[in-house]
Formats: sequence, structure tokens, C-alpha cells
Amino acid sequence: MQPSPLDDTMLAAPPPRLLSLTVNGTAVSVTVDVRMLLVQLLRDELRLTGTHVGCDTSQCGACTVHVDGVAVKACAVLVVQVEGCDVRTIEGVATGETLHPMQEAFREHHGLQCGFCTPGMILAAMDMVRRHGPVLDEATVRAELEGNICRCTGYHNIVKAIIAGARAMGGPAGGQE
Amino acid sequence: MFAFTYHRPDTLAEAVALLQAREEAKPLAGGQTLIATLKQRLAAPSDLVDLGALPALRAIAREDGRLVLGAMARHADVEASPLVRESLPALAALAGLIGDPAVRNRGTLGGAIANNDPSADYPAACLALDATIVTDRREIPAADFFTGLFETALEPDEIVVKVLFPLGGEGAYEKFRNPASRYAMAGVFIWRGEALSGESPVRVAVTGAGQGGVFRWSEAEAALAAHFSPTALAGLVLSADEMIEDIHGSGAYRAHLAGAMARRAVARLMTAGA
Ligand SMILES: Cc1cc2nc3c(=O)[nH]c(=O)nc-3n(C[C@H](O)[C@H](O)[C@H](O)COP(=O)(O)OP(=O)(O)OC[C@H]3O[C@@H](n4cnc5c(N)ncnc54)[C@H](O)[C@@H]3O)c2cc1C
Ligand code: FES
Ligand code: FES
Repeated sequence: MQPSPLDDTMLAAPPPRLLSLTVNGTAVSVTVDVRMLLVQLLRDELRLTGTHVGCDTSQCGACTVHVDGVAVKACAVLVVQVEGCDVRTIEGVATGETLHPMQEAFREHHGLQCGFCTPGMILAAMDMVRRHGPVLDEATVRAELEGNICRCTGYHNIVKAIIAGARAMGGPAGGQE
Repeated sequence: MFAFTYHRPDTLAEAVALLQAREEAKPLAGGQTLIATLKQRLAAPSDLVDLGALPALRAIAREDGRLVLGAMARHADVEASPLVRESLPALAALAGLIGDPAVRNRGTLGGAIANNDPSADYPAACLALDATIVTDRREIPAADFFTGLFETALEPDEIVVKVLFPLGGEGAYEKFRNPASRYAMAGVFIWRGEALSGESPVRVAVTGAGQGGVFRWSEAEAALAAHFSPTALAGLVLSADEMIEDIHGSGAYRAHLAGAMARRAVARLMTAGA
């Protein structure tokens, strides 16, 4: 069902829009085509290529980032919708050379093979902790991973990594049994 | 995407005025359906009116014995809201079955019902709970709101503001999810409560299955009103010819699934009530 006939105004670039937002703690001002997706801004303009595009149809979760602390699929969000928001990508998760506890848990538990899904997995996992706290059981983690697809690992080690990473995020108390 | 002009109004009145000014203007809520549609060039709105700067539309409250959910309430808000979990737990559970966590973090109630996908979950809750859809200009009973496949009673320039769910009675929702898309292959919402005279004390709404979108299953309602038990549904089968038939399943398969989901929902209500 293609709208037809195409008239020129449908293809002409709409007026660009100047807007500001914060990306990984840094204020960013950009002039964008209003049709630009958040994932395009991050990858193509800001060169933060840790956010991946697996499907571009909201299915795989490889493009998951945080907007104001909440996990979203950056391939299904327009940049204009997040004007003034605080965006965090995988590049903004570690502190200097020190990995975030969730990243460290993925390393420790071998929660990745090719690594393509991993940035999205880590940001989705941090969102699980925001909503459910640092003590996660296996069933919860598996259900919560519904929107993040991994074609390598079979999920087993991802689930282990998330359970351990969540506890580590809870601090020393959360790290104990 | 085709070109559009983007607007982000601060007031509802301004949003309505923007929609009225251009014939091909469309509201944008969570974008979880609309942005994919734009990316595929299946829609070419002249203007997008983003409702994201209208925080009042996101409110969740309890007023006059009804649960009031703002159109911009996100699925994750409804799933987690202590008020919804306490007053209508089946609705919170339903919201938690939509898509996946990232979709629920952006998708909204208003967008879901305005879109009226035949496999969406909220339409079943609205119909079974006899909700009222409040727009910028009128109130529409759910029974008149969902008019067909991706069709609603909304005017092109009309905005859903909130949905009122009457309290009193209990509900249960059972859904068989398409394992790939997470949409309902069949979903059944059953409500049971005190009915006004002449109305059924049981309402059964089926989504995901009917070719015309969500519908009330009156035979199941009559059977359950007479005897509220899964066995009351034995032998009742929807017409396979009226069910969706696609690569995911035949009409007969969906008719069977709807029956199975209805029996599960009844069983769930009986356990909850015991
Ligand atoms: C991977 C994936 C899985 C999904 N799984 C499910 C599922 O299991 N069950 C389910 O029910 N849904 C599912 N959805 C759809 C999801 O619930 C969408 O959020 C919803 O259908 C649309 O809501 P939205 O807020 O994103 O609306 P948008 O995409 O912004 O808008 C959708 C339509 O509604 C109109 N609209 C939006 N708000 C209003 C308003 N207030 N007044 C009038 N018109 C309005 C828009 O103009 C547009 O035409 C899924 C989506 C994805 C991407
Ligand atoms: S690239 Fe966004 S969900 Fe797959
Ligand atoms: S590690 Fe390769 S896709 Fe997950």
C-alpha cells in the first residue's frame, strides 16, 4: 500500500530543527531533519557506534539506549521526541577505565560471543534493575529479555551475567546471598 | 519517511487546533506503531503533532469509583502503577503482556486504542470492562469506539484524552502470544460483576482472532451468566470463517485458541475469588 502518486512536497526535506539534548553527560546541540531517528543521530552524527542496528523494525533490541534512565529502542524514536532529554549509550556506561558492574558481569560470565547484541543487553539489564531492584531471579530475567535477541550465546550466560551484575549494582549488600 | 512538519504543542487546545489546521495531520504518542509505519512509507502525514509535552495526559487516578488512565499513560506506567494493581489487577497484568519492556516504556494506552490493531490487547479490556473513551470533545462508550479493523469512531482531528474504567466486579485476561511478534494470537478478557437489570453480569471480549477486530462473545457470556465455570464453555466454538486466517494460524486454530483462553480466564477468576 504505497501512497501514490508521490508529490514533490512528500520527498522534499522538511525544515530542519535546532535542538539540544544531553548524551552521556555532555550537552549536545544539533540541527536535524525532523525525520532523523535517535539511532541515526547517535551512530551517524555523533559517531557513537556502540549502539547497533540489528533489525531496524523494533524487534531485536540491539539499538537499546536509555532516555532519562529508561530503556527504549533507538530505531523507533525520533530525535525531536527526545529534545531536552538525557540519553545514555553503552559508551557512557563505564567510569573511565572501570567497567560498570553490569559490563564486568558480562565479561566475567562470558555473556557474549560476537558482541553485537551486548550493548543493548547491558542497557536493557540496567533497566531491569531500575524496575525490579538488584535481586533478580532467572524467570524474571528470561521474561524481561523478550525484546533483546542474541543469535550466538543461547542466552544462558547472558542470564547468569545479568543476575550477577544486578547484585553487584546493588552494592556490597546486594552482592551477598 | 516522507516529509512532515513536526509540532510539539504545550496545551491540548493547541494540539487540537494543529490537527484541525491540516487535513493530513496526525497525533504522535509513543511512536511504537506510527514510526515504523512512517519508516515503511505506509503513511504520509503532512504534520505530526507530538503529544509528548502534555504531562496531564499521562496521569493515572481514581475518581468517582472509576479508574482514570490518561491517554499518554505508557504501558509500563500502567503495569507498575500501585493504583491500577490494587483496583484493577487484570489491567496491570494486561499492560505487562504488551510487546517487550522497551516497547512498554514508550507505547501508550491512547495510541494502542486509536490504532485498534486486531491483535492488540487494550481493546479487549476496554470492551469487557465497559470503559468510556474521553476525547477532546466527547465521551464514547467502548462498544461504539472500536468500529473495525484499524478503525475507530475517532474523527481525524480528534484526540483521546483519557479512558474511564468502571470499578466493581473483577476481571481476568488470558493471552496466547505470537512468539515472534508478542501480539495476541488470541486474547480473552472476562469481566464478572454486578450488572444493571437487562445486562449480563459477565462480559467476554476477544481480541487477536476476529476478522473485524475485537468483539464480544455473547454465547459465552450467556453460558457463563447461567453457570460460571470453565465447563459452561464446553462445546461452544466460534465460527472459524469469521476468524483471522494468516501464516501464523488458520481460522479454526484461532477459534480453538479463543475458547481455550476463555476457559483459562474463567479458571483464573474462580481461583482469585476462592
Ligand atoms: C515489537 C512490538 C511489539 C508489540 N506488541 C504488542 C502487543 O503484544 N500487544 C499490543 O497491544 N500492542 C503491541 N505493540 C504495539 C504497542 O502497544 C504500541 O505502543 C501501540 O499500538 C501504539 O501506541 P503508541 O503510543 O506507540 O502510538 P503511536 O505509534 O504514536 O500512534 C499510533 C496511532 O494512534 C494515533 N494516536 C496516538 N495517540 C493518540 C491519541 N491520544 N488520540 C488519538 N490518536 C492517537 C496516532 O496518530 C497513530 O495513528 C507492539 C509494538 C512493537 C513495536
Ligand atoms: S535495531 Fe532497533 S530493535 Fe532492532
Ligand atoms: S553475542 Fe552475538 S548476537 Fe549476542
